[in-house]
Amino acid sequence: MSLFQLWAFIVKEALDKSFLVAKFFCAVHVTDTYLCSTALVHGPSMLPTFNLTNEIVLLERISTQNGKAGPGDVVVLRSPENPRKFVTKRIIGTEGDNITYIVDPKNSDRTETIIVPKGHVWVQGDNIYNSYDSRNFGPVPYGLLQGKVFWRIWPAGVFGSIGRRPETVDPALKVVEQSNPS
Amino acid sequence: MKGRRLFTYSGGSVISNSEFIWMGMPNTIMKMFNKSIVFGLVGITVTDRYAGVCPIRGSSMSPTFNPSLESFTDDYVFLEKFCLDKYKFSHGDVVIFSDPTNYKERCVKRIVAMEGDYVSNVNGAVKVPEGHCWVEGDNSAFSSDSRTYGPIPLGLIRGRVTHVIWPPQRMKKVDRRIPQEGFAF
Repeated sequence: MSLFQLWAFIVKEALDKSFLVAKFFCAVHVTDTYLCSTALVHGPSMLPTFNLTNEIVLLERISTQNGKAGPGDVVVLRSPENPRKFVTKRIIGTEGDNITYIVDPKNSDRTETIIVPKGHVWVQGDNIYNSYDSRNFGPVPYGLLQGKVFWRIWPAGVFGSIGRRPETVDPALKVVEQSNPS
Repeated sequence: MKGRRLFTYSGGSVISNSEFIWMGMPNTIMKMFNKSIVFGLVGITVTDRYAGVCPIRGSSMSPTFNPSLESFTDDYVFLEKFCLDKYKFSHGDVVIFSDPTNYKERCVKRIVAMEGDYVSNVNGAVKVPEGHCWVEGDNSAFSSDSRTYGPIPLGLIRGRVTHVIWPPQRMKKVDRRIPQEGFAF
């Protein structure tokens, strides 16, 4: 083969391989955006459902795209205060629901009631003593929801599905938070 | 060069029933199917991540888009999605976002005020909270925007409009422009 033919062959091979990589990347993007994705969860706001340490969860995008995510579901959403940050909370109510919530459970028992406006959801962390959620930033437009968490895959000890009701918060958790300088 | 070998079989080997059915399906249909799936995946990825085209309905952004009701066709605009990487927007950007009252609908409006600015509304001065922006349509009389539903979180934005690309006589770049009445102060 002449030098030119060899060179043409190499270029063609390189182009073929890069097209293959590009197609694979597009397939991954479509699956990640429209079907199923993963997320890293950390922080105290969803105790006892999720631990303080990092956990990896699977989230499915089909429910939130079709409007099927409802009260009791744990969802990942973009924070209304910082669009580059994702938070994991549980939906407590959807549009039209009457929500009565304790404003600041660590310091008082004062409650407030609100009706969730159209097109919005009310989200709260399972650990209401240490959660920055709709009680602070108000009801969240449905368009900010990214996906519904349905399975935990890491650490191996907590592999399994997520319940629809928050597991009862042990009042002793309040003590744990105070002794943990975070 | 692969020929269309539909009803032949190699050598003298005997073929089973299932093989015969598969060889009956033309190669070209499988190839077209394959190509259209790949084309669809690539198209979806490019539209989600880089740029897209979108029609504008309604007259809330007249005269920037759809200046008259009698035009034959809606304006089509080119929108870019690179802005969704860092969410850095400025005053005067025309953006497309999910309607806060109905997530299935998209709206196109202009950003008039960013977080920290004060906007004078019918009820007095409103401070735009962190992570939000105040959007208004250029055609104030016929636009349902932040004056109705308040400031919107930046996370709802789906793209930034840069050019009008159809109809041909209205092709132009969409500029950043603050309305003359200047709300933000």
